[in-house]
Amino acid sequence: MAPRTRPLSPHIKIYKPQITSILSITHRLTGVALAFGALLLANWVISATYGAETFAQAQGLLGSWFGRLVLFGMTLALFFHLGNGIRHLTWDMGKGFALPQLRASGIFVLAFTVVMTVVTWIAAYAVAGGS
Amino acid sequence: MEMRSHLGRIRGLGSNNDGVGQWKLQRLTGVALVPLTIWFIYSAITLAGADLAQFKTWVGAHGNPVLLILLIYTMFQHAQLGIQEVVEDYIHTESTKLALIILVKFTAVIFGGYSIFAVLRLTFGG
Repeated sequence: MAPRTRPLSPHIKIYKPQITSILSITHRLTGVALAFGALLLANWVISATYGAETFAQAQGLLGSWFGRLVLFGMTLALFFHLGNGIRHLTWDMGKGFALPQLRASGIFVLAFTVVMTVVTWIAAYAVAGGS
Repeated sequence: MEMRSHLGRIRGLGSNNDGVGQWKLQRLTGVALVPLTIWFIYSAITLAGADLAQFKTWVGAHGNPVLLILLIYTMFQHAQLGIQEVVEDYIHTESTKLALIILVKFTAVIFGGYSIFAVLRLTFGG
């Protein structure tokens, strides 16, 4: 095939970072992270078919400080991707493109992410009895 | 109406005529994942520190196995489409791009298939 010599659009570095562009790339990054989270979920379920000891190991790993750190990151990524995904769906319906609306919905998604992550972890610690 | 030049088409430039289906499926799985992930987060909270017996009870209870299988299926489909989009955007060497897309598809099918099988096994015993 002939080498690609078609013109490219201006490089990302010439643009000033804005809430729209930052949230856009964050949607991608969290999506990629959550794809690894999907593998983690699959491994968790699969580990249960290998018996009580293997499942206890998996639970122990997820409950370790490192496991909790990863799961906390996954919770943040999930609520962001969920909130921003719904934002994307409203755009697909042709709504919310005015700049003030874009800014407001972006800030709302960020607030939703933080609040829901905190609520989820408070609930998880309440269930696990702070262990 | 054909908007592309013959030369562009013969060089493989532009659309591969296959994007709309993927775009729609990405949205459809996204919509399905909204309630499924909310259900899963709620469930995962209740399973913090659970042992195997508790986990099996949860997996097999009521509609849980169905929801879990739907979650796994939809989640891997959505993830595969998303990663493919990222690969298509940033990898411009045709062979590397194709190899990565195949790798991502295989990974999604293997892990999705195996974990769905695991849910069935945990539900029906054995």
